[in-house]
Amino acid sequence: MKAMTGRSRRGSPGFLHAPGAEAETSFVRMDGVSLDYVNERETVHALADATLSIRRGEFVAVVGPSGCGKSTLMKLVTGLLPATGGTVHVRGEKVTRPIKGVGMAFQNATLMPWRTTRDNVLLPFEVVQPHKRRFRRNRAEYADKAERLLASVGLAGFGDKYPWQLSGGMQQRSNLCRALIHEPELLMLDEPFGALDAFTREELWGIMQQLWLERRFTAILVTHDLREAVYLADTVYVMSRRPGRVVITKRVDIARPRTLETTFEPHFVDIVHELREHISHEHTS
Amino acid sequence: MTIRQRRLLRRAMPWLFTAVLLGAWELACIAFEIQEIVLPRPSRIFETMFLRAEILLEFCFQTLWTTIIGFLLAIAGGLLLGLLVGASPFIYSGLYPLLIAFNAIPKVAIVPIMMIWVGVGALPAIITAFVISFFPIVVNVATGLATIEPEMRDVLRSLGASQREILIKVGIPRAMPYLFASLKIAITLAFIGTVISETVGGNGGVGFLMLSASARNDAPTTFAGLFAIAIMGILMYAACALIERRMTRWAFRGEIVA
Repeated sequence: MKAMTGRSRRGSPGFLHAPGAEAETSFVRMDGVSLDYVNERETVHALADATLSIRRGEFVAVVGPSGCGKSTLMKLVTGLLPATGGTVHVRGEKVTRPIKGVGMAFQNATLMPWRTTRDNVLLPFEVVQPHKRRFRRNRAEYADKAERLLASVGLAGFGDKYPWQLSGGMQQRSNLCRALIHEPELLMLDEPFGALDAFTREELWGIMQQLWLERRFTAILVTHDLREAVYLADTVYVMSRRPGRVVITKRVDIARPRTLETTFEPHFVDIVHELREHISHEHTS
Repeated sequence: MTIRQRRLLRRAMPWLFTAVLLGAWELACIAFEIQEIVLPRPSRIFETMFLRAEILLEFCFQTLWTTIIGFLLAIAGGLLLGLLVGASPFIYSGLYPLLIAFNAIPKVAIVPIMMIWVGVGALPAIITAFVISFFPIVVNVATGLATIEPEMRDVLRSLGASQREILIKVGIPRAMPYLFASLKIAITLAFIGTVISETVGGNGGVGFLMLSASARNDAPTTFAGLFAIAIMGILMYAACALIERRMTRWAFRGEIVA
């Protein structure tokens, strides 16, 4: 583990801003990526032969039966886990260690309870260059930025509150703000709405879509909610049971912005149905 | 009962319980005609504390400052070692068995060794207080570090944070409630350490006072020493608890929201 981190100081300078013509075609590319790990006695094949290609600015959702290695896939893309086989390229660069400046949001909000919501949202600026070196002197400017982003997700005036003074939905909104504040090119979402009630969840889909329409980052969403996947994504990947493989790639050709009304339209329902069938097929086969 | 009355009653409970216990003790001594040399009545003990206040305070002060110095050293050493053990799995597996082995040694056994090395007096007391109280601090700080949520770590790593940054931004703040919780245990242990040292090979402090009093069959003074230690223990515990609340308010979230 040590070998992967720590040494990441050199290399991939300006991950956030470097241009790259070849990257326009595929921002994230996985070629036959597999991951095995050894636990106790047996070797577990978590992922087998995952191949996919994600364009810059594309919103992708990965769905599949539980335990199919969806979260593993995310860790492989960001370099948090080294792949056992195959290659991962992000922006044309082979991923061999954790890539920098990626925004991440998980099912539990993982906000720091000792920091106010605003300070939580400001965290990426303390870590990611070039903000890191100018953060201390330009704190007010950054705090303004955080305040504006919080306001855009309906959390105006909550910057001084501590995370545990917020409801679950509000915590998850702050979590999204933290993942997005430094305007990452790549956003990884691991079931970020999974623990919320249905109403809050659907409201946050709208907010998520709005943020994406404004900023057009590349996003990978792992979820087991098919409606969520179809609502948010341009492309939905269905994975097989463990060891996970990408079995279906489904493009969602529904115009944006999508609304909750959209989710009741026949075309939307058809796509959800189609995906549902593939998944239940994977569950039973 | 109104909420106000309930709160007042809760405040009064420790005093009530103590009073009942001491009252029962007093009555039992009278009813069963227990000799003072065996078990003095609490009223006699308090009387002795008052009569011998000057000498008692002097010896208490000796015990108090040696304990506090040993305790402060334990915080510094325990925090440092805890951070090392918690931050590196290698240091953890290397050092942990040694720590446990060291903790299993009865501290009373090292006092004679200490006397050979540093002589009698305050120094062995400080060292005993230190070695007995630093173990819970190490374990707690290490636990606080080792239980960082993996997701939190992933968030920071994917932002590009180094191990050192993760330690500073998450590890240390997160270990603070664990540290302060351990301080409450450590301070009472530190008193035990000091008094052990004073009893086995001391020339001052409450432990020494109790030892010489019991050699003279002066039970009330011996018990007065015990009471003094207990009172100092409670006061220092309360001080630690107060600091804990001040420093890690966020860990007591329920009470602030309510």
